[in-house]
Amino acid sequence: MVFVVLVAVLGAAGCGGTGGATDSLTGVLNGSGATFPKTFYEVTVYEFTKQHKATTITYSGGGSGKGRTDLQEQVVDWAGSDGLVKDADRTKYKGGEFLYFPTVIAPITVAYNLAGVSELDLSPATIAKIFQRQITTWNDPAIVTENPKSSAKLKGAITVAHRSDGSGTTENFTKFLEKAVGTNAGGIWKLRSGSTVEWPADTQAGNGNAGVSQIVQDTKGAIGYVDYSDAVATELRFAAVANKAGNYIAPTLAAVSAAAEGAKINADLSYDPLWADGPTAYPIAAPTWVLVYSKQSDVAKAETLRSFLHFLLTDGQKLAGSVDYAAIPLSLAERAIAQLDRITTA
Amino acid sequence: MTAPTTRFTGRGGRADKAFHNATIVAGLVVLVILGAIAFTTVRRAWPAFDLMGLRFITSSRWDPNSNEFGAKAFIYGSLVASTIALLLAVPVSIGIALFTTQVVPARWRRPIVYLVDLLAVVPSVVFGLWGILVFAKHVGGFYNFLHSALGPIPVIGDLFGSAHGRSYMTAGIILAIMITPIITSLAREVIDTCPPSDREGAFALGATRWEMIRGTVLPHSKGGLVGAVMLGLGRAIGETIAVALVIGSANNISANLFASGDALPARIANEWGEAEGNWRAALIGLAVTLFAITIAVNLLAAFVVNRSVAKSQGTR
Repeated sequence: MVFVVLVAVLGAAGCGGTGGATDSLTGVLNGSGATFPKTFYEVTVYEFTKQHKATTITYSGGGSGKGRTDLQEQVVDWAGSDGLVKDADRTKYKGGEFLYFPTVIAPITVAYNLAGVSELDLSPATIAKIFQRQITTWNDPAIVTENPKSSAKLKGAITVAHRSDGSGTTENFTKFLEKAVGTNAGGIWKLRSGSTVEWPADTQAGNGNAGVSQIVQDTKGAIGYVDYSDAVATELRFAAVANKAGNYIAPTLAAVSAAAEGAKINADLSYDPLWADGPTAYPIAAPTWVLVYSKQSDVAKAETLRSFLHFLLTDGQKLAGSVDYAAIPLSLAERAIAQLDRITTA
Repeated sequence: MTAPTTRFTGRGGRADKAFHNATIVAGLVVLVILGAIAFTTVRRAWPAFDLMGLRFITSSRWDPNSNEFGAKAFIYGSLVASTIALLLAVPVSIGIALFTTQVVPARWRRPIVYLVDLLAVVPSVVFGLWGILVFAKHVGGFYNFLHSALGPIPVIGDLFGSAHGRSYMTAGIILAIMITPIITSLAREVIDTCPPSDREGAFALGATRWEMIRGTVLPHSKGGLVGAVMLGLGRAIGETIAVALVIGSANNISANLFASGDALPARIANEWGEAEGNWRAALIGLAVTLFAITIAVNLLAAFVVNRSVAKSQGTR
């Protein structure tokens, strides 16, 4: 045991957080949290541990809330979260100060099932009214005016599909509506925002992105919000959504990167790419972060943690596109890399 | 079969004492575990109970964003789905049990018993996925038929409103399929304990087969049958994944059996991942509520059994 620690200390002194090929990294990093970036973390963990065979890194999913609670209780070493920690909860973190590391960003699509309609333009106001059941048929004037070309094919009742489980995707989708057309922006969206909201009773709920995709796929006239990677995987059609500049933008990785470029980055590296400025920005861009404590008790673990996060922010970014996530802007990644020095062992 | 070779020497006093103590410990372990579960869950649910008071079970507004946690709709959903499951499963199960013990020729008995027991080993998520991918998708037409046939009738018509594939009824039917093998195999064991002399006696008195069953088999096994049904109910009311997939996950109280609703365990499973603080406490509160309902139902069942057993013995 003493020997292992000694080796780790020597290794830490030599390596210095660059995550190079010097294979002195050891230790186990356990993580849990958001399911939305899980595929990305699985891919990066696989590549990282291939280079550093003495390390073991896990990420068990379970939801952003579970990740944050696990980190609070110091059950895990790193947590994935699609949302930020509320100020009131900061004191609950037993390990003291924690840091945000932005990792990837991806669109949330508004997917639909309408025979013969391959392109659909929707404004936030229309989306809000559809999901609140104020618009219940596809030939509603609000939808037809936005889609004059397909007006003949817009018919039938609308079935709204949402998540039955609490989810960061629901949180970001409702936050987008709240920002675009919520209480402070015309007041059309009344359900506010959160990882679950009080959906009208005559809507359908599916478990996970897969569950919502399933409902949209199976039901004629259905509409629902689905993570980009799941929507692509199930070959759903999705709407182009009007952004702040008034342009209808289809969900693509480039369009969420544009949204991240337009967002204001705070000192703690939190940022909000929803309803961002920029003529080509897709307005429903979901960010996600890794949360870690800045004070680590174990030298070897701190070293591995720094290396792994460094990998996520450099080589990992190149892997993002292959699993349908967009890389964060380079300037943001550089700021995150600079923040690695704040992970220390006291 | 060889005869047992144990010789009784009458000198096992110490072993007797050890056995006695071991069983006491075993019995206490159950109580301690139950007590510990009750204590920790109540303690961790306390912030939500404290916040909501009695409204935790009387309010049906569940909105974690505004710190409102009313579980009434989930309690209702759990009870409705389990009731449907029992109404469908109990007659079938007891029917199968009577069929295999009293009616079917001995050589057919084994295969039928195997088939029913096979149902019991299917994992619940398989039922859930089958429910959501196949059953819920196609059962809508049948529901609509029931709705148009029975909907116009006053009072009961309310139970058969406009139809959804994901509903109390779908959850109830899936649960019925899941609990049938359990109730069946327990009922079969219980019915098998009816002494052949009783049955032969009934036949000797000129009873038909049904009269024999009604007069000897059923009264003899009444307590055991209620126990079998209670174990089935226990599984139905606690079933999580299958119900979460097919009940529709709507915070809704409706007399319409074809409407979407939600059940206590399903809500816990769905929201646990994102829940923090009071919300998490409220979800643990749902578990406590479920625990309390299960205990209440079991006590009620024990009471019913005791009374009916006492009564039937009194009239003998």
